[in-house]
Amino acid sequence: MKRALLALALMLAAPPVLVLPAAPAAAVLPDEMLKDAGQEARARAISKDLRCVVCQNQSIDDSDAPLARDLRLLVREQISQGKSDAEVRDYVVERYGNFVLLKPPVEADTLLLWGGPFAVLLLGAAGLILWRRRAPVAAPDAAPLTEAERADLDRLAGPSN
Amino acid sequence: MLAEIGHFALILALLVAAAQAVLPMLGAGRGDAALMAFGRSAAGLQALLITIAFAALMTLFGQADFSVALVANHSALSQPLPYRLAATWGNHEGSMLLWVLVLALYGAGIARFGDNLRATLQARVLSVQAMISVAFLAFALFTSNPFARLSPAPLDGAELNPLLQDPGLVFHPPLLYLGYVGFSVTFSFAVAALMEGRADPAWARWMRPWVLAAWVPLTCGITLGSFWAYYELGWGGWWFWDPVENASFMPWLLGTALLHSAIVTEKRGALAGWTILLAILAFSLSLIGTFLVRSGILTSVHAFAVDPERGVFILAMIIGATGTALALFALRAPQMKSGALFGSISRESGLTINNLILMALTAVVFLGTFYPVIMEAVNPANKISVGPPYYNLVFAPLSVPLLLLVTVGPMLAWKRDDAGTVGKKLLLPAVLASALFAVLALWLGLDKAASAFGLALGAWLILGGGQVLVRRWWGAGGFSWRLVRTTPAATLGLALAHAGIGVTTAGISAMSGFAAEKILVMRPGETAQAGPLAVTMVGVEEVAGANYRALRAHFVTRQGGSDGKLVSERRLYTVSGNQTTEAGIGVAIAGNQYVAIGDVQSDARGQGLVVRIYWHPLVGWIWFGGLMMAMGGAASLSDRRFRIGAPQVRSRLAPNMVPAE
Amino acid sequence: MKRLLFILPIIAFAGLAVFLGIGLTKDPKELPSQLIDRPLPEFALPGIVEQPGSGPPELNGFASASFRGEPRLLNIWASWCAACPQEHPVLERIASEGFPVYGIAWKDKPADSRAWLARYGNPYAGVAADEQGRTAIDLGVTGVPETFIVDKKGRVRFKQIGPISPEVWEGQIKPLLQQLRAEA
Repeated sequence: MKRALLALALMLAAPPVLVLPAAPAAAVLPDEMLKDAGQEARARAISKDLRCVVCQNQSIDDSDAPLARDLRLLVREQISQGKSDAEVRDYVVERYGNFVLLKPPVEADTLLLWGGPFAVLLLGAAGLILWRRRAPVAAPDAAPLTEAERADLDRLAGPSN
Repeated sequence: MLAEIGHFALILALLVAAAQAVLPMLGAGRGDAALMAFGRSAAGLQALLITIAFAALMTLFGQADFSVALVANHSALSQPLPYRLAATWGNHEGSMLLWVLVLALYGAGIARFGDNLRATLQARVLSVQAMISVAFLAFALFTSNPFARLSPAPLDGAELNPLLQDPGLVFHPPLLYLGYVGFSVTFSFAVAALMEGRADPAWARWMRPWVLAAWVPLTCGITLGSFWAYYELGWGGWWFWDPVENASFMPWLLGTALLHSAIVTEKRGALAGWTILLAILAFSLSLIGTFLVRSGILTSVHAFAVDPERGVFILAMIIGATGTALALFALRAPQMKSGALFGSISRESGLTINNLILMALTAVVFLGTFYPVIMEAVNPANKISVGPPYYNLVFAPLSVPLLLLVTVGPMLAWKRDDAGTVGKKLLLPAVLASALFAVLALWLGLDKAASAFGLALGAWLILGGGQVLVRRWWGAGGFSWRLVRTTPAATLGLALAHAGIGVTTAGISAMSGFAAEKILVMRPGETAQAGPLAVTMVGVEEVAGANYRALRAHFVTRQGGSDGKLVSERRLYTVSGNQTTEAGIGVAIAGNQYVAIGDVQSDARGQGLVVRIYWHPLVGWIWFGGLMMAMGGAASLSDRRFRIGAPQVRSRLAPNMVPAE
Repeated sequence: MKRLLFILPIIAFAGLAVFLGIGLTKDPKELPSQLIDRPLPEFALPGIVEQPGSGPPELNGFASASFRGEPRLLNIWASWCAACPQEHPVLERIASEGFPVYGIAWKDKPADSRAWLARYGNPYAGVAADEQGRTAIDLGVTGVPETFIVDKKGRVRFKQIGPISPEVWEGQIKPLLQQLRAEA
């Protein structure tokens, strides 16, 4: 712990400069970008939600695959033609299907995906409340330890905190 | 010769494991102390044999013995020795061997440190552990033999994937395996408890250190993996929600839930069935993670060479292990004693809600990871992807109530408590965190309110960790050094781990709200701004390395009145034709400055170099918080080992006096 | 009721195991086409000749409008594609059996496409270039080679991802084409 703190203090005094190998290629390049900063920001946001279909769980914004670049250019072209974000997404989905959306649409097929976690939470909470209702409150230590359990715990020694 | 010794040791280990799977279990049923004792010796022997096999394989890699197919396929003479050795587990076969090694070492651990366990329980745990061993040893021997020979032997081997030639590879997989293979122990404990029909406080007390023993390295492994990904794979990304990352994250979430539910079972005898279920599921998700990586069912950056046959074998193992355990659970768990009751506001109910939310979070990751597979089976025409936008949208809001609760939990009394008392204990952290939120929200503006809330949440957690210690150190008579000195390691661990979550939360919030980037074409003399960071390119030179030529760009950075220098290179390896980028990173507590150059490109002002500039505020906190959590877990573990492993508690009954059950 | 709660985990697990088992039999990289039973997207692509109008007519490009009256194959390929030489003899055989194959060279320089055809021989009844890859996006192409089967009315009926093997040709595509020929 002391050593870690010391390292931290040193870091504060003189920020170390590292040179590290990074991913060999890069995604978005300056020559692709739109002049209008607002439109470019929209293009980036849309690109982050579109999957590079030939890659492994990468968005077209992160990928340096040629097809990803084509799609980035397509997205920007559509935006400069005045299409809305939804229209641009629909344009790509029409060609590649829901597979290109990193955030699947809420539809009958994906109900469990979107609702599942909340269902776990709600059902769990409901179960807890029901369980509490049925069981009489208070009465702590309703189930005293059996002889065998007491012996086991004693063998563990040391006070339980 | 060495390869044959290793192979032979592995075969022997399989035989020993097979005996260990059967005999102690029989012994426990009959009350035969000798058979039960055999389990302990067998566990040690099995670990020794697999260690020999593993050492043999590592030596083969060290000696660069290319007559072994695995060595020839995954290491080359040009690789530095540490990476040649690490290549032992940088491939499917070798990593399976590491898997069984870790499994056997945990087994030996139960035999060695389980002196005070009920003898029948220990025997059954060792048997179940050996059953898992048998399956995995058979898998390694029959489908993935690491010692297969290659004839004729090549003069040099095929180089390991350059991305894997990194210190990360040396530590990342072993830590992860220590983590999720460690959950095999809790799985065995759960199955043994179901067989005995008994999951009492003592059982939970015995199991808890093993939960920690798995959770601590898993936390380290995930943290290290995230750090590795940050600088190797992504541009500022530190978590990608890749299926394989998720495969390690799900056991972590369930392991965290288990860590907490086991406390309730130990202290109050309650939630025993739930704790057993969690112990089964945590290991099952580890197995399913192994399946994900090795079956090719999902595409992932991390996946090993795809082989459906191995997928079938692992799926069969999962069905065997998890299916049997859950069947046993359905049969036995309803009869088990349900334990003590507790009030709505109590430590127990706090921990129950903790478990509930952790389950919901696990469900997010689980559904996100497996939904594409499920859709493939249900409606193949509508193929979907689930990526970071889904997880960010669902995971973040669900985790907020949990993070709020983390600070409340340790202030709650067991059995029952009332809101007023707890409120008083939390007044100071609540006031401070709210004040921080108000100040940040006003200062940064309402559009950054979510990030301000995240930072305040981080403060709430760090203060909450501090409050645990404050309440321990200030007794009725004020601050006392005696109270500081006698603070149990577990209490320190609790404070450290909870504060660590806060540090990580702060880092994540800062990164999501205030990270800045600029991608542009630059020429020497030009300056660009990314958020608060100004970067000037001062010069570009051509340099020649040992086996590459490179463009090296020098930058001067200026941020908040302090200057720095960064260097980035674009390398062309002359032999292979590979191009790589060496990014320049300025590391500080406040955040990292990151500059990387790319190819030559033109913009309106002419030719220049593509430059990416990033400002990553508090990014280091994400990993430092992870380390704090791991250190907290380790502190807790040291506390328990002190109590459990101490020689003076060996007042155990002689084995033959243990009553038969 | 209580019992049911304890049985729930194993039921859920059994369901998951079934899905994982089915998943093992599928290739996660294969993306089903959005175009099945829909009209071929409209395009009119230039050829791969040096000067438009020069050279053999089949190298002078084609348009989606020509996919009418007879079922045809539309093959996406490239000179840089590793699996294409392997598929090439099958395409020649398909052409020799009297089924017209049209080829779009994807993200390829026309000179490279020409050289490739000169080296391996030209099985195509028509060759066009999609240098920018825009038509390929309209077609939902993810890689080369890919082959669409288009019916008499210009609707896409089938998509082969990856090279057509002799087995796929004999067992799947040829029977489909014969059926499409018989359709009104």
